[in-house]
This record gives sequence, structure tokens and C-alpha cells, in this order.
Amino acid sequence: MRYDVAIVGAGVIGCAIARELSRSLATVALIERDVEVGLGTSKANSGIIHGGHRAHDGTLKAATEWRGNQLWGELAKELPFGFERVGDLTVAFDEADLAVLHETLEQGRRRGVTGLELWDAERLRREEPNLSHEAIAALHAPSAGVVNPYEACFALAESAVRNGVDLKLEHAVEGIDRDGDGFVVRTSRGDVAARFVVNAAGLFGDAVARMAGASAPTIRARKGEEYLLDKRLAGYVGRVVFPTPSGESKGILLIPTYDGTLMVGPTAHWTADHGADTTDLDTTAAGAAEVFAGARRLAPGIAEADCIAEFAGLRAVADGEDFVIGATEVAGFLNVIGIQSPGLTAAPAIAQDVVALLAAQGLELEPDDAFVPGLEAPVRAAQLDFEELARVARGDPAFGRIACRCERVTEGEVRAAIARGARTMDGVKFRTRAGMGRCQGGFCAWRVMSLIAEATDTPIPAVTKKGGGSWIARVRTDAAERSDAPDAPDGTREVAHG
Amino acid sequence: MAKPAPLDLRRRYDVVVVGGGPAGLGAAVGARDAGAEHVLVVDREPEAGGILQQCIHHGFGLHHFKEELTGPEYAQRFLAQVTERGVDVLTDAYVLDVDRDRRVALLSQDHALAPVDAGAVVLAMGARERTREAVRIPGSRPAGVMTAGFAQKLVNVAGYLPGKRVAILGSGDIGLIMARRLILEGVEVVGVFELMPHANGLSRNVVQCLHDFDVPLHLSTTVVRVHGRDRVDRITVAPVDEALRPVLSRAWDVACDTLLVSIGLIPDNELARHLGVRLDPVTTGPVVDSTMQTSRDGVFACGNTVHIHDLVDMVSQESYLAGSAAGGFVTGRHTPADNVRLTPGANVRYTVPTTISTDREHTVYLRVQKPMTDCVLRLGDVHAKPLRYVVPAEMVTLKVRPRFLEAFHGGTLTVSVETREPASTKGAAA
Amino acid sequence: MSPDHEHEHDTAHYLCIGCPLGCRLEVDAVDGEVVEVRGNSCKRGKEFAVQEYTDPRRFVTTTVRVEAGRWPRLPVKTAASVPKDRVADVARALHELTVAAPVAMGDVVLADVLGTGVDVVATRDLPRAA
Repeated sequence: MRYDVAIVGAGVIGCAIARELSRSLATVALIERDVEVGLGTSKANSGIIHGGHRAHDGTLKAATEWRGNQLWGELAKELPFGFERVGDLTVAFDEADLAVLHETLEQGRRRGVTGLELWDAERLRREEPNLSHEAIAALHAPSAGVVNPYEACFALAESAVRNGVDLKLEHAVEGIDRDGDGFVVRTSRGDVAARFVVNAAGLFGDAVARMAGASAPTIRARKGEEYLLDKRLAGYVGRVVFPTPSGESKGILLIPTYDGTLMVGPTAHWTADHGADTTDLDTTAAGAAEVFAGARRLAPGIAEADCIAEFAGLRAVADGEDFVIGATEVAGFLNVIGIQSPGLTAAPAIAQDVVALLAAQGLELEPDDAFVPGLEAPVRAAQLDFEELARVARGDPAFGRIACRCERVTEGEVRAAIARGARTMDGVKFRTRAGMGRCQGGFCAWRVMSLIAEATDTPIPAVTKKGGGSWIARVRTDAAERSDAPDAPDGTREVAHG
Repeated sequence: MAKPAPLDLRRRYDVVVVGGGPAGLGAAVGARDAGAEHVLVVDREPEAGGILQQCIHHGFGLHHFKEELTGPEYAQRFLAQVTERGVDVLTDAYVLDVDRDRRVALLSQDHALAPVDAGAVVLAMGARERTREAVRIPGSRPAGVMTAGFAQKLVNVAGYLPGKRVAILGSGDIGLIMARRLILEGVEVVGVFELMPHANGLSRNVVQCLHDFDVPLHLSTTVVRVHGRDRVDRITVAPVDEALRPVLSRAWDVACDTLLVSIGLIPDNELARHLGVRLDPVTTGPVVDSTMQTSRDGVFACGNTVHIHDLVDMVSQESYLAGSAAGGFVTGRHTPADNVRLTPGANVRYTVPTTISTDREHTVYLRVQKPMTDCVLRLGDVHAKPLRYVVPAEMVTLKVRPRFLEAFHGGTLTVSVETREPASTKGAAA
Repeated sequence: MSPDHEHEHDTAHYLCIGCPLGCRLEVDAVDGEVVEVRGNSCKRGKEFAVQEYTDPRRFVTTTVRVEAGRWPRLPVKTAASVPKDRVADVARALHELTVAAPVAMGDVVLADVLGTGVDVVATRDLPRAA
């Protein structure tokens, strides 16, 4: 069949576009090279829905940020993902900072951002007593929020699929050929024909554009390191806290994540090789030093000793720093690339804009009367009271077995996550929080691996952390010698010497 | 064999023990022996015995059973004692909460959410391993970085291998034991890297797990970076200076597909935290009195959830005491309240318990900060015990007898370990 | 002392395993007989050094494959120590072994492993799978 639209890349942008298109009768293929959706930049970011006042006037960022902010509220009503408008603060330490806050306040008001308020030092201290007493003022934006970005991405994808989108995982795009008035997308698992192609390939956006013969700005990777602190510090700050920005970077932030963990970061540095195809997702000693120095400037009580986890993500940055959204010289091929911060915030607005662009190019958008906006929320044992949990566990004993004790995740939740698309340890972790706590999977990893293996009929050695070659266990040397042994994906059947 | 029928769970138990590892089993035995009629052990795993079930190596039980046993043997002997005493053991179950009236909220597949009233509760949740995240090793985050205990479970229980070429960070006993275990399974172990200038594990394990197999032990060396996108492909290691800072100019790369992390244990105290019992900032476990009672009435704690032990035999001893006190608590046996506080002094990190009573004998466990030879363990100025050596890796025990305290009228005793004065000085003073 | 060509002199070094002091032991031997132990600080250290030099032995603990058991692996041990240089061979021999559940603790799973005169026994009960 030929699809009306093929979307390349199932990050939060691709998923949001697919879900927006699924409101219509248009046929859509969502093509992803990874084993699950949202495993790239969409998983590893600050999880902030920005207030809408910060992007510079005249940019696509500014044109989508506030609208996106408002749309997240709508999405959160329809789809199950963690989202809360906790508000944010931009903190000033001197008169120069304060001048910037005044400008930002005015800019936000012009844009229609509601609730912006300048707080003096006294108010700031009352509201956020753990912030530095050197702060002289802060701009409060109650519209800002925190989101579990991976959950949002999973929910958008799942909703899109429920409404008819074909999700093609582990389809690495290798070429895009013109075919009449449409395209054939060549992938590692066969061809996908489509009238329109939307390039939402993130870090690979420029490479995918080249495959189609379309021009695109160079995409470079700017790395952000983030550090998660012990639950002990839950509630240490109630809002996302920014320093007054200087230049492109928003600086080092304090982020009270939706799950109640305090996160600090991110850094903003080009990756070592500057390339978008970089494999550099390293956290570094220098990055940690920068993050904790920045965090302590905002809240002096934060210590590196409280760090329980760290990660790095890559921003896909287009030359010129702005989003690149729109038609190209190749009719029917649209770029949606360079979606760095505030891309997560803008995602739902970008999705609407892209659908409008496709319509402008001739895509018919007859509404799908069968469109179901909602999804049932997964059970979260840790959030249920005892009576509710007892009721669930009586219905399905798997909810009576704890898989992850640090985060109190039941086996039932792990099974449900797998049923909803989790294929990897990270996929389960980001859907259920199993393995995210203090022991970082030490206790639950074997149980989760076994559940994935059982539910997906996969041998243990083929269960991975995050797809590809990220195997966790291999077959025993003697088992490998037996003929009935399952093959490990890394070819570990060869006999180890010893 | 048919699936065993679900346990006929009572609505009320005299003592509910949270955790079915060596501490929980020891406490259950102690509780029954002290007269508690109905005792329940709740364990989250499919079978009780705790970490002993995966510690298939030798070296357990010399103190307690006067013979050298493997972990599973030690567990099975204790399980037999528990069974003999008619203790109920509920596996695949989890304690969510214990309220002020000691009503235990219990989650299990057979009983959904059962409330169980407990006369007393013993916390025996054990420990968890410190992770890569706890020591913050920079680099990428591929598969193949795992704790030694997880690898042990993979190999000994599940029957898989963690990788082909393994490096080990930390010379704790679990890491050393795993080095030998993996070599015997045909896995290459490229080296053990230890931050400190001395091995952390028992010298017996250094000899029998490393020397026997020519595994290099790199002291004063640590892992400074992990490499690899999907799976570990190498690590960077570097020597450290006196302040334990890596000297990056002397770093080198080690090719491996697995990094085992064996850098110590910390009390698994999620439930203790949740219950709001007072925690010791040094051990991170509950503060306990001389009967192993926490700051909450009728809630006792023992084993690695209180402080980390080196020998399971000590866990059994301490847990028997905790269980016995919990049994006494429900049977109304009166134990005089503690009247002496112990405070850690020179070269003592902590003591368990933190208070004692002058009317009976106590075993006080303590850990030192730094190694010393020819030293003396002092209990205020009422008692001094000469010791040939102390090392942080080995818990020190002190028997405190009522006669030490006959002439003591203060409220606090400082416990310290000091270098012994030369004999001549001592003689002169005497 | 003049060089002695009639007898074979040997010096070996060990790390004592008796206690955490970890004494560095040095053993002098003539014709395979220990004549002096240095570096020990107690009697146990000397005994260990002599044993290590003359007849080093080790227990072997590993797992064997189980058919129809509740768990896939059964932990086992050598009922007595075996010569140190046979440890790897013993472990390898046990790779080949499969036992059938149920098994009781102490059951001999392999008698007289590799002619050492030592049996390999199960270290736990392992019932059949439910």
C-alpha cells in the first residue's frame, strides 16, 4: 500500500505529528530505526514544559512555545503521562540580571503568557527558602511545568497506533527515492511508499533530507549532562529554577521532576566530534563539576554526594539555532528538524503546524469519526492506596508481586508495559520506573529480564538494555556447546577459553 | 509436584519478621524461643534464605555451626530450624507499611492485600549493593555495568554469564568471589581495581580467588571512564594520589565487555525510612537500643538493615537477640531500660547498639575508621581490651559485662580504639 | 655458607589468609621440606605456609545443570578439599554434568571426581518444578 504520509523518526516530534494526523482518515506510517519509540533525545532531556515567555521574538521557537505550553494541558487530560504545572523561577543575582528579567517579563506579556510576576527577595525566600540568599529577585511563571517526556512520547505513539497509524520499529531508513508524485522510503526492513514524507529524524535530520535530495541546514549535537539526586531531597525546591540566561544556554537548572526526584543540569557543549551521528553520550567529571557549581549557585545546599544517577542527552541543533519547519524544494518532503529546546514544549504546536503544512500541499484531512483521544492509564501501584491496590491484586495476582522494591513496581505493571510496547529494560524502566530507584536495578533486573523474555518469547541473551548490541547476559559456555542452546545476538556461541 | 497450597495466613501474629534472609530467619527462631506463639516471616523472593541462596561458596557458619558451610547450606539449616518451630513463612510477599498500631499491610499474590496485626515487628530487609551511580563513574551508559551481586545471581541462580571479558571495580568479598566464580565458568577476568591501598576483602579471598588464578589486583587504582555505546567495550583506569584523586596523566585503557562493581553494601532501609524510625546517619540503618528495638515501640531491627556485617554468623547472633527481644515484648517479659549511652570516640565510626544497660551482658559491635596494629579498645575508663589489629573491613565485637559497670555512675561511655602505650610506660603508671 | 649442589633449595612467598593482617609469608625449603617460615606473626600463619608449600588444597564450589528442577542450577561443592592444581579440571568436569530433580542436600552428584577420591555433593534441596 501507499501511505498518505510517512514520518521518519518516532521521537516526541514524530509521535506528536503521527497522533495529530491520526485524527483524520489519512494513512500514516511512523518509521523508527530503534526497537522502541522515544529512545533518543526524547528520553534524555530536562522534561520541562517551558512557561512560554523565554524564546526570543521572531523565531519559530517563539511562535510555537506558548501554544505548545497550552496544548500540553489538553494532552494531559486525554493521555496518561506525568505532567504538572509546577511553575518556574528565573533568578536574578544583580541589577544586570534584573534588567533581563524585566525584558523577559515584557516579552512574555506581549506573547500572552499569563500569570508572570516579578518576586522580590523576600517573597522568593518565603516561597523557596532553600534558594541562595544572594538572589535579589525572580521572575515567576506559573504556566511552566514538568513532564515525564518518555511517558508522553510513549502515550502519543500508543494513541496514534490505536487510531490507525502503522508504527514500523527497527526500520532504519537507508534511502528515499522519488516515485511519481510520492516517495519510496527504503529501510532495513523493506520499502515504505508514501505520498508525503515528514523528516522528524532528530540528530539525523540533515542526513535524511539529503537522502531525499532536499536541502537542510547542518545538524550538530549539543550535549547536555543531567544529574539526579536522592529522593531525600524531594521537595527541596517546588519549582523549576533557572539562573538569568546569558547567550544561547539557559544555564544550569534545578528541576523538581514529575516523579519527585530533584534533577540538576544540563550542560550545553558540542560533542567531541561535533557530528550529529556522534556516539558521545558520556557524562564527564568536568560536566559534573559545572553542573554542581551551577546548582550550588542557585541552592547552596546541593551536594554531589546526593547524586544517584546521571545521564546525557543530545540536542539536535540546526545552524542558526532556530527550529527548521516546513516545505523543501522537493515537493511533498517536509523538514521538521533542529528541534532543540524548547522543542518538547513546542511539540504539540509543531504537530498542528505540520499537519496544516501538509494540508496546504494537498493532503486531504477528512476527520476520522472513530478517533479516540484517550488511553487508559496504566496502574501505578506506588500511587494507589492499600484498598485500591488490594482490589487490583485480587483481579490479577501479578499486581500482588513486587518486581522493583525501590520504586514499588509490581510485576503486573511490568507485564502491562510490555503489552503496551516495551521491549527493552530501558523501555520497561521508563514506563514503570522499575530500576530507576536507589539500587538502579540490582534487585529487579533479573525479574524484569525474565518477564520480557517470557512475554515476548525471546531468549534471555536476546533481552537488551536499549536494543542493538546492548545485551545483558550471555549463555553459559557449556550451554553454548549444546545444540539446543539459543543463539545470543552478539554471537556468543563461540566457546570462551578458560 | 503440585504447587504448594497457599499459606493459611492468620489475622494476628505475635511477631512479624520483614525479610527471610539470615537476619529474618534468626529473628524468627529467637522470637519462638522467647515464647512468641505465632511468628510470620515475610519474604519478597520466591523462596526464603536471602542472599545466602546465591552465595554458593564456602566460608559460612564457622562461628555459629562450628563447621564451614556454603551459603545455601547455611540457609537450609536455618530454614529447617524455622520449620521445626512452626514459623509461617510467606514468600513472594511484600510489606508495604506498618502503622502506629503495628498493623502490617502485606501485599502478596495469594492474599492480595492482607492486613496482619502484629504484637511486634522485626525489620530484617538486609542490604543492597552500592552502584556505579553511587561512585559516579563518568562515561557512557551501556549495558554491561552491573553489581557483583547481580552477576552472582545471573551465574549461580539463573545460569547465565554476564560477559566474556570482565573487569571488577572494588576488592570487596563479593567481587573477589565473583572473579573466581567467573574464571571457573570460562570467563576471562582482566583485573580487579581497588581505590584504597589495601584490598577490602578477606586475605583468604585475595589468595584463593585472585592469586590462585593470576588475576591482577591493582591497588590505589580506580575506574575513571566507561566506554561503549550499546555494551561496554573498554574502561579507562587511573592510579590515585594520597587524596584518592585519579592521576589522569597516568591513565590507561582496559578492553572488556563487562564491569562488575563491588564497592560495598548499604542498609536496605526503604521501609524503615517509610516508617519514620530514627536512622543513624553513619550506618544509614535504624538506631537501635540494646534489645535491637528501634525508636518505635515494638519495632525491632537486625542484620544488614541495621549495619553491614562481614560474617553471616554475626547476623544470626544479632538477629536471634532481636527476635528474642521481640518475643519478650509480646509475652510481657520485662527488660530494664537502657541507662548508658555509647558514643563513638577515636577511630570508631559507630556502635550497635547505641545504648546499653548496666544490669546485663551485652555484645557491642563497632567498626573502625582506619587500620591499626597493637591497639586497645576502650570503653570509657571502665574497660580496656587489647587488640592485635583492627581494620575497617572487619567488624569488632566487645563483650560488655555488668562487672565493668559496677562502679560507673555516668550516663555516657565513649568507645575508642587507640594505639597501645608501650608496656614500660604502663608498668610505671601502675 | 658455600653453595650446596647436592640439595634443591627453594623459596616461596604467600599472603597469609588466617586473619586480616595478611602477613607476607616467606618459606624456605630444601628438597621439598620446609625448613623455615618467615613473616608470620602467629602459629596459624606458619601452619598455613607449610600446607601451602607442601600440599595446597582447595574446596571447589560451583553449580550443575538440573532437569525438571524448581531452579535451573543446583549448587554443589567438593565434600573435601582437592589439590589446588585440580580445581579448574574439577569445575570443568562439572560443566558436563546434568542431574535430575529432586535432589537433597548432601546427595552425591558425582563420586570420586577425576579420581581425587573426593565426592561432589549438593549443597541444598532442590524440589521438582511445580
